[in-house]
Amino acid sequence: MSEASGRGPEGGAPDQAAAGSAGTAEEALAGEDQGSPGTGGQQLLHGCPVTEVSGQRSVHIDAKGYLALMEALYRDGFEACMGVTGVDYMDHPGRSLPDGVKPERFEVVAELVSFSRRERLRVRCQVPADDPVVPSLFDLWPGVEAHERETFDMFGVRFADHPDLTRILMPEDWEGHPLRKDYPTGAVPVRFKEVP
Amino acid sequence: MTAVDMRELLKAKTSEGAQEMLARNEESVRELRNESGGVLRLPEGVALDYSDIDYESPDDETMILNLGPSHPSTHGVLRVMVEIRGEQVLRTKPVIGYLHTGMEKTGEELMYHQGSTNVTRMDYLSPFFNELAFSLSVEKLAGVDVPDRAGWIRMLMCELNRIASHLLWLATNGADLGALNMLVYGWRDRELLLTFFEKVTGLRMNHNYIRPGGVAADLPDGWRDDVNAICDVVLARMDEYDNLLTGQPVLQNRMDGVGALDAATAIGLGLSGPLLRSTGVAYDVRRDFPYLFYEQVDFDVIVGTGGDCWDRYAIRVNEIREAVRIVRQVVKAMPKGDYRAQDKKFTPPPRNRIDESMEALIHHFKLFTQGFRVAPGDAYVPVESARGELGCYIVSDGTSRPYRLHVRAPSFTNLQALAPMARGGFIPDVIACISSIDPVLGDVDR
Repeated sequence: MSEASGRGPEGGAPDQAAAGSAGTAEEALAGEDQGSPGTGGQQLLHGCPVTEVSGQRSVHIDAKGYLALMEALYRDGFEACMGVTGVDYMDHPGRSLPDGVKPERFEVVAELVSFSRRERLRVRCQVPADDPVVPSLFDLWPGVEAHERETFDMFGVRFADHPDLTRILMPEDWEGHPLRKDYPTGAVPVRFKEVP
Repeated sequence: MTAVDMRELLKAKTSEGAQEMLARNEESVRELRNESGGVLRLPEGVALDYSDIDYESPDDETMILNLGPSHPSTHGVLRVMVEIRGEQVLRTKPVIGYLHTGMEKTGEELMYHQGSTNVTRMDYLSPFFNELAFSLSVEKLAGVDVPDRAGWIRMLMCELNRIASHLLWLATNGADLGALNMLVYGWRDRELLLTFFEKVTGLRMNHNYIRPGGVAADLPDGWRDDVNAICDVVLARMDEYDNLLTGQPVLQNRMDGVGALDAATAIGLGLSGPLLRSTGVAYDVRRDFPYLFYEQVDFDVIVGTGGDCWDRYAIRVNEIREAVRIVRQVVKAMPKGDYRAQDKKFTPPPRNRIDESMEALIHHFKLFTQGFRVAPGDAYVPVESARGELGCYIVSDGTSRPYRLHVRAPSFTNLQALAPMARGGFIPDVIACISSIDPVLGDVDR
């Protein structure tokens, strides 16, 4: 906010000041290894490649630029985040991704909606298996609290600065993250708590 | 012996003292118990010693109260931890997971034509919406064109399902707030719709009727008469319920101003459905991101202003009427044609062809043992269920099973609104708030 007001006198109009603050997000993103922008004529949004499959747009990002991109999209007018979930691409590493996006084992997928523009956007964030940590979106959309807990519970992806990152669906003492691809079905005996 | 002597003698022999009330010993706890009947009501060990009561307990003491998980007012196996000071609610935390059965993991094991059997069991009060979201998502990935009649049948069943779900909500909401007769009436009217569902799909719940490529069977003969009769009965009954519930100050006072949310909180929490619309945000997936043929029917999106339980009640009551309006238009507009896509890749051959043709038998066998393949990619398709935005996110790796199946459950997200709604209210208001969220625990836990 102070940055935007600092640019205000130079830019003049307040809407230009807002554009200047959006530009800082792009500058922050440009510092990441996002590949050269605009290669192959692919569509870019805040410097991140966008793909479109059957009328649905997805923007691709990695864990480092995730929060900056989300803040920029929040300022773009995506008022609501309808959900956050995860995908484990362990058996399916060769999925089609745009140029400049390095495939990782996990993906965190967020679904954004703009009510005023009637627009939807999916954000797919690559999360490496050896350090599965992404920033929490709780400060932007408090409603992702339960969704991020569910993603942590099911995939073991940890959300930094989440207010209450605990298991939500599985029992508190459960071992493993069931929706991971290396978590077998039917191989784990059903456990009951012992009667004290 | 004189008469006087006799009288003296009688008096001396029979008198046990004057029949008068003795002076009350106020210090005696036993005496107090006798007077208040405490001895009769409580066993000796439990009876409260009046001198033990501390009338000056400090005000800043709070207590954690566990509501549920097995309590009728929690609509299933929802456990709510409530921190209270006296009777006032400070914090609320829903604890879920008691009905978690790993349906998303199961969905990865099932082929696409089996998937709708699985997802229909999530939100068991509006199963058609689950099947619809799943089928639309698979069709988007596979690129199947569904015939018009199948789309209109889907709309018909979904709107009837919305009526059934809201009627059950009216019933349980009445029961939660003390209008127990409404419980019976709501279930009675829902039975009309379930009987029709059974006639069409063969099952009262968990239908597996809407499948990728169309629907499982065509509508039975005489369905128009059935649907028209249901519409007439439901509309007439809604007027009765307006007399029974809407006009009643006792019920209104239980809901008016209780659990109020503002629009900014509701949007921030990602709410949808009647919860979001009660705050004045006119977001309805049917109108904003149209699917099926909702662009061709005329309906209103009902919004509230106050965001309280009373608004949510009014929205659901009016949504029943709007659903009847949509159903009547669907009955008029229902086109002739196929009820499923005639795409040999997805649709099994007709039953009588299997008896005559070896190729048809092989085709049928291969389709049901190996399933059909779907192009790689991902798709998220939202639909407006009775509870809000129900979306199905499917990732396909090109095989006949979804690589990842995720259902964005409206109840799961909407349950987060309980804490801001219940804060500052009383314990009975918490019950009213849970009821007005209308969570289905199968949808929450999946």
